Amino acid sequence: MSHSRVEGFVRPIVLVLLAFLVSSLIMVATHYSPILVFSSLISGAFGNLPNFGSTLVDFIPLAVIGAGLALCFQAGLFNIGAEGQFWMGAFAASIVAVRFAAMPIVLHIALTLLAGTLVGAVYALLPGLLKAYRGAHEVITTMMMSYAAIEFGHYLVESGPLSMPGAIPQGYPFVASASLQPVIATTQLSAAIFIGLGAIVAAAWLLYRTRLGLGIQILGKNPKAARVSGLSVPVLTVLGLVISGAFAGLAGGLQMVGVTHQLFDGFSDQFGFTAIVVALLARNNPWAVIPSGLLFAALDSGAQAMQMSAGIPVELSFVIQGLIVFFVAADRLLDVARRKNWLARLRGPRVPAPGVKEVG
Amino acid sequence: MGILGNPELWVLTVAMSVPIAYGALGGMFSERGGTVNIAIEGMMLTSAFFAVVFAHAGHSPWLGLLGGIASAVLMAVLLYWAAVPLAADHVVVGMAVDLLALGLTGYLLVTMYGYNGTPVSTPSLPTWHFPWLSGIPVIGPALAEQSVLTYLLVPVLLISWYALFRTPWGLRLRSVGENPHIARSAGLSVRGLKLSGVLISGVLAGVAGAYLSIGVLNSFTADMSNGRGYIALAALIFGNWRPGGATLAALIFGFATALSIQLQGTGIPDNLVLTLPYLLTVVAVGGIIGRTTPPAADGLPYREEEEF
Repeated sequence: MSHSRVEGFVRPIVLVLLAFLVSSLIMVATHYSPILVFSSLISGAFGNLPNFGSTLVDFIPLAVIGAGLALCFQAGLFNIGAEGQFWMGAFAASIVAVRFAAMPIVLHIALTLLAGTLVGAVYALLPGLLKAYRGAHEVITTMMMSYAAIEFGHYLVESGPLSMPGAIPQGYPFVASASLQPVIATTQLSAAIFIGLGAIVAAAWLLYRTRLGLGIQILGKNPKAARVSGLSVPVLTVLGLVISGAFAGLAGGLQMVGVTHQLFDGFSDQFGFTAIVVALLARNNPWAVIPSGLLFAALDSGAQAMQMSAGIPVELSFVIQGLIVFFVAADRLLDVARRKNWLARLRGPRVPAPGVKEVG
Repeated sequence: MGILGNPELWVLTVAMSVPIAYGALGGMFSERGGTVNIAIEGMMLTSAFFAVVFAHAGHSPWLGLLGGIASAVLMAVLLYWAAVPLAADHVVVGMAVDLLALGLTGYLLVTMYGYNGTPVSTPSLPTWHFPWLSGIPVIGPALAEQSVLTYLLVPVLLISWYALFRTPWGLRLRSVGENPHIARSAGLSVRGLKLSGVLISGVLAGVAGAYLSIGVLNSFTADMSNGRGYIALAALIFGNWRPGGATLAALIFGFATALSIQLQGTGIPDNLVLTLPYLLTVVAVGGIIGRTTPPAADGLPYREEEEF
């Protein structure tokens, strides 16, 4: 048990380092110094208060969506349409933020976030129902609905009811009572970070401290056992997807009230897609979403700073991220390496360790 | 009615459908062998970039086509290696390939050509003319003058159908996608067949990518595939994993895109038209109209006994 727990911590780190190693080879091949790249990435992400602030700003949506996805993935449901649920949440939030008259800020923010959460949840309801009662694969339905939501969003800000007249496709700016102001000057970091951290705690509580969470874990590990022990598989399936949709919708609302204060075309930096990877790297543990989300937020915001300070193309960060996803997905590589004793060939003979079977 | 009678709409429909159709046919070979392929997008994008690199460096669009295909096949090998021997989740690995392709092509675009884009002297693939077809009302112009890759789609479609349903190899590939363990006990090389399916998907996605960059244009821009690989996947599902169905779905989706372009500025929201292919796919997968059935072992990990 303790061995596999250590393994659970060490494996993701080894895989991330492996991704760094391969991306270093790509940098060397293209005449960039990996040391320069990684040092500018780190200083770009954490080097000073404004940089660290923008890393945390990116961290909020990644971690909030990621925490909901972790719960959903634990149920064995692969919601890859969180991006669309995030967009839908943002639309709903902007309607409440723009159309409702000014009111006490706490109330207005709460209503705005509630609207985002609900609409995100509802948008994941259809894939949930189709999966539970028609057997439609959730990967396909959530993905397609995600792209539909993004096109719908373009419509909303370009010519739809949320669009502000003018040359630039954008919605109306939020009233003050629906906007969280930065807590640190020179950054966009608002109190949204506390709400985001609260959401992560809520996801962990739901998963590890409630009957529903237990049901979700049983469903993910063994659907037959779930059925035999009297759990309703269709209900758990719908709830798993709806909860992850709710978290994505909340993140959309938080992005609106906490960062952009306005709806516009490019408000999402593919957060819903990156959050999938955040959850996977965290091995679907909502607590581990915190370091994992921080890593990807740092890669995102550090890359922007890296391009400005060192002139290194920001796309290099996608290469690193793609390699991380690749190695995390193909983590059986480590077992193969151990079984075939790849390390021993470098270090001399060694008794092969028994392969540790991973769950999930 | 005016817009449907406009030949330009049909010219655009064909132009928009071709890369989706190649991508969908490619994905079909991969998925019929049991490997879910959402990496079509990444393979297309990789090929679109390297098609320009090779066409420019070799002063030949045909060399560009070959180079593009080769680069997409390399991505396909990456997908195969992780998804089959390493039994990784196909969807996650596919996403990794897509992200990697987005990063690599964007990064190499800047490091190789700077911020001014790919060279204007890049040659593009020839356009073929069939003047006798242009006499057909409304759709004539759409048939009479297109990229060579558009016309190539017809034999590719026929060969795909024949290979999948009329050859021993096609039967074996499908049996691997339905039940690899039975295929294995019948003495088939499950991995070899899966590899062949994924490699063909790389070739066809490579053609789709080359079409985007040097088929009509002669340049590459960042994220040029712009989700067409995912639309191709939707077309494949909507077409029920069959060559004719997938191609027909590609035409419907291409039509939706063309229609949305033609609707720009008319007051009818073009973006809403673009949601239709996606929503239609949800409806189809949900069995609300018709019912789609994927290969039974699509996306399932396959491990041979000696590995346990």
